Amino acid sequence: MRRSRSRLAGAALPASRKEDLEHDLADLEFPERLLAGPSLRAGSESFDAHLDRLGALPDRIDPSALVSELEASGLLGRGGAGFPVGRKWRAIAERRGGPAVVVVNGAEGEPASAKDRVLMTARPHLVIDGAILAADAIGADEIHVYIGREHEAAVASMAAAIEQRRLGQSRPIRLSRAPIGYVAGEASAAVNFINTGNARPTTSPPRISQKGVHGYPTLVQNVESLAYAALIARFGAPWYRSMGRLGSPGTALITVTGAAMQQGVQEIELGTTVGEIAGALGATMSRVQAVVMGGYFGTWATTAEAWDTPLDPSAMKAQGLAFGCGIVGLLPAGVCGVAATAEIMTFMAAESAGQCGPCVHGLRALGSTTSRIADGSASARDLDDLERWTTQIPGRGACRHPDGAVQLMTSALNTFGDEFAYHARAGRCAVTGARVEAA
Amino acid sequence: MESRLRVDWIKCDGYGLCGDFLPELIELDEWRYPMIQPGSVDRSHLHAAQRAVDCCPMKALLLEPVIEEPGRRAS
Repeated sequence: MRRSRSRLAGAALPASRKEDLEHDLADLEFPERLLAGPSLRAGSESFDAHLDRLGALPDRIDPSALVSELEASGLLGRGGAGFPVGRKWRAIAERRGGPAVVVVNGAEGEPASAKDRVLMTARPHLVIDGAILAADAIGADEIHVYIGREHEAAVASMAAAIEQRRLGQSRPIRLSRAPIGYVAGEASAAVNFINTGNARPTTSPPRISQKGVHGYPTLVQNVESLAYAALIARFGAPWYRSMGRLGSPGTALITVTGAAMQQGVQEIELGTTVGEIAGALGATMSRVQAVVMGGYFGTWATTAEAWDTPLDPSAMKAQGLAFGCGIVGLLPAGVCGVAATAEIMTFMAAESAGQCGPCVHGLRALGSTTSRIADGSASARDLDDLERWTTQIPGRGACRHPDGAVQLMTSALNTFGDEFAYHARAGRCAVTGARVEAA
Repeated sequence: MESRLRVDWIKCDGYGLCGDFLPELIELDEWRYPMIQPGSVDRSHLHAAQRAVDCCPMKALLLEPVIEEPGRRAS
């Protein structure tokens, strides 16, 4: 199997407990939010049920008013980069003319994340509403729905929903099954796959917002961002801004993995702290050694640092942390952070698209060197090399895959620095108490 | 007009000739892939920079005018 679950995801609970993807964190009191409505266990919400619950999209919505509303809402993209959604739509809406394309990004190649597939499976029509609004706003002639092919329930739910919506649409909505792979979800990789069948990133310039699918300006937007656009179109920016405790408004879907009794997807009010989330899901501070936030391209922090950290994209950015795609990975006490990092780095190296030298060689070196340190076979200069590569690799690729891997690596060195040194110099692990030696 | 060196990383195969020709601005990593000094190319290096560009067997090194894109962080 190509995709291995790290010990972070698998340590506390067997991977088979997929049904745990359905618990609500405490009671979010907002009557309207992403996962409001029937229980997720009820499966895919039908178009009729969706219309009964939310009503139809506002008729004759003025495209430029909608873009302004999105800008006023402060909605940030939920795919990982956190770019303001309204500004992204405006850039394409204000082009000189000619065709444009919307790509609905549900690839979700991040192995720790499950929130996009849960949303697509349960609320497909909310996602499609958002795609139609985006197409109206930017004047797009076609919509491509791009979903990771391994997310079978999501593909089935979205395919059925597209079928139901086709009648009311003059523009085509097409479904593409994205190949398995971490970088297949990168925006230019999605565009490349739709154009050529090759889901690898392309060099920028040209940017896809200028030259994307079929060479036309293309908006690639994560499914959660689109779902929220559909709610903001109905309820308005002030409604959206009424949620959220700190700088970033709204609720968000997150995926909790590791040392929690309940792992899986949760909807939280932005600004909720890591400790509150962990506590609500049955993970006490003493059971958690460190937290990885954002994803495999995110950041590690010690439990002490992470516990009071609000999951708020702007606040986290100011602290040098990443909200990313909303991963909260709780590393259980007694599991070695160096070994967990080595697994992630090895995974990230294997997931390189293999196009750019600094990514191919650099990530392979990060993976093999962290693995050597983890298993006690490090050489004297390995730690120095790690430090050096974290400054040399970023910014040297067609996409940001290497940058993300290095961000994770840098935060691991900050969080587990003593452990890295102990492993490298003494060949011992202080967490497991074991002498680590290469088999 | 100011110019900047940029690498098309998908095209670059690590021949490293650019670093050999223009060590003032281009350092090579251990796999002979270039690490370019950030910022625009000083006038005194423009000629050598163009020569490095011309020497790239993959046509992966580009000398481009600096265009400020609104809303985009310069990299």
